[in-house]
Amino acid sequence: MTTTARVPGVTAPPLASADAIAVDKSAKVGKSKRGWKRVLTVTLLVLFGVIFLYPFIWLVSASFKPRSEVFDNALIPNTFTLENYVNVWLEAPLALWLVNTVIVTVLAAVSVTIASSMVAWGFAYFQFRGRNVLFGIVLGTMMLPGAVTLIPTFLIWNGLGATGTLIPLWAGNLFGSAFYIFLLRQFFLTLPRDLFEAARVDGASNWKIFSRIAVPLTKPALAVVLLFEAEAAWTDLMRGLIYLRDTATFTVPRGLKALVDQFGFGGEWHWEILVTASVITTLPIIILFFFGQKQFVEGVASSGIKG
Amino acid sequence: MSALTLDTRPSVERPARRRARRRNVIAALLFLSPWIVGFLIFTAWPIFYSAYLSLTNYDVINSPDFVGIENYQRMIEDPKVRLALGNTLLYTLMKVPAYMLLSLALALLLDRAGRASGFFRTVFFLPKMTPPVAVGVLFLLLFNGQSGLVNSVLGWFGINGPSWTTDPAWVKPGLVLMSLWTVGASVIILLTALRDVPKDLYEAARIDGAGFWQQTKSVTLPMISPTLFFLVIVNTIGAFQTFDEAYTAFFGSGNTTYSNDAALFYVIYLFQQAFQFLHMGYASALAWLLFLIIMIITVIQVIVSRRLVHYEGGSR
Repeated sequence: MTTTARVPGVTAPPLASADAIAVDKSAKVGKSKRGWKRVLTVTLLVLFGVIFLYPFIWLVSASFKPRSEVFDNALIPNTFTLENYVNVWLEAPLALWLVNTVIVTVLAAVSVTIASSMVAWGFAYFQFRGRNVLFGIVLGTMMLPGAVTLIPTFLIWNGLGATGTLIPLWAGNLFGSAFYIFLLRQFFLTLPRDLFEAARVDGASNWKIFSRIAVPLTKPALAVVLLFEAEAAWTDLMRGLIYLRDTATFTVPRGLKALVDQFGFGGEWHWEILVTASVITTLPIIILFFFGQKQFVEGVASSGIKG
Repeated sequence: MSALTLDTRPSVERPARRRARRRNVIAALLFLSPWIVGFLIFTAWPIFYSAYLSLTNYDVINSPDFVGIENYQRMIEDPKVRLALGNTLLYTLMKVPAYMLLSLALALLLDRAGRASGFFRTVFFLPKMTPPVAVGVLFLLLFNGQSGLVNSVLGWFGINGPSWTTDPAWVKPGLVLMSLWTVGASVIILLTALRDVPKDLYEAARIDGAGFWQQTKSVTLPMISPTLFFLVIVNTIGAFQTFDEAYTAFFGSGNTTYSNDAALFYVIYLFQQAFQFLHMGYASALAWLLFLIIMIITVIQVIVSRRLVHYEGGSR
């Protein structure tokens, strides 16, 4: 990742210190006009920060409110209840949905990382005729809207008898993914070639050079791919809608959509159930984010570099 | 580099070296094999089969029935296609400029935030992690016409907020506002671009007496214009294929089927045709129209950008 140097670690200072920093800096600059600008910057940042965070706070708060108070917009619930969590658990096979989603997420993330790194290595390390044309095709597939391949892909899985199972939600990842192949190839290209030539002279096989030397050096980029795909797999709705029929096979997003159908506009208007189910759907991905926020932020930053 | 020189001189190649080179190609193909197999099965064949299906009527149960260009003719007359295209276009036209302005404003703020920027960058990115289904649910809750948070806040300023989730005129603006919450990735990409602008350019501008706006206009925007252009294209393509949030909030096929014409976006209509009504042929034709439209929009944007985008030193 060429951006590593540019993006400092995301160790977050506590919110309260933001104003302190502003005062700090303005004191150093000494000019009152600069200081005033500084205060304006920080004020706007805090304002936007509150706007961006508040929906989470609202959601979590509402999930502890009884049905009649869900929409009271109170920051702290007037009546605190755990009933919603119990009810969601009783209304829906949430444990099953969570297990299904974990299975899909792990298999999707691991398989796409392994396959994409192999292919990326094939493009980065070997020199052969037609390589650039082939890599051009890899990049070209990124331009194709998913809608074009959606139906034939469904027919493939349907023909294999895989509809209704979790397989179509991840097995396509066994073949790698264009964006990750691109990302990892860029990373492999930054590694010093002498290293591999030396290993080759020592008699290391192609597979050993890849798995023992290149992969360990690529861990940061592999972590980005793993986390990106985990997020994508955890939040995917459309595949769940297309391939899953039986409630017991649902993933969490697909299940949440089923709950919206049952308790939202179309059904019984039990918003507290939806609020609570949304918290349960979102929480794992937020935990994943704090687990790897450096990777997420740097990965996103580097995805725009080519632009 | 040395291997490359060898490759370009096949005439002096000895048999042993040629064998080594062939082994090299085989090894390369082995590494590439997952992608090659996946490309053939999940990209190349689907492209051809989808093109073929678009010329048939196909309901998955009976074999495809060739009907020529009938699906494409039907598409032109289908009022729902017009509705879905109009909705999608309007949504894209509202969302992309708002998205770009907000992400630019936030990135500029972060760039001046000093040590606090790491924290706020995390805050702005966090909503992007929320599953789109949950964003759809949040939209229904926060934008509820009677007691949603958004209208309560508007009420503080004496504004009587509209019925965002039921009034057809306000559904799309509401969805656009909700989508601004997940602007984080664009902010981070822009921030990275801002940090790459050489600092001496600002020095020079300041010496010339340029203020904040002048600097932004004459230095910052031209220098980050390739990234801005990249984001406009990516976000336009994304907005045109919007599905999850609107489908979650307004379309259902559980025990009760419900739908909302104001939120009928193109991919939602395509999805309904394919997987609710099993009109696989017609849906394939719709997919190709989408492909065509996205291509046209992208080409127009590339042409327009030739005038506006500043590439430093030509390539890269």
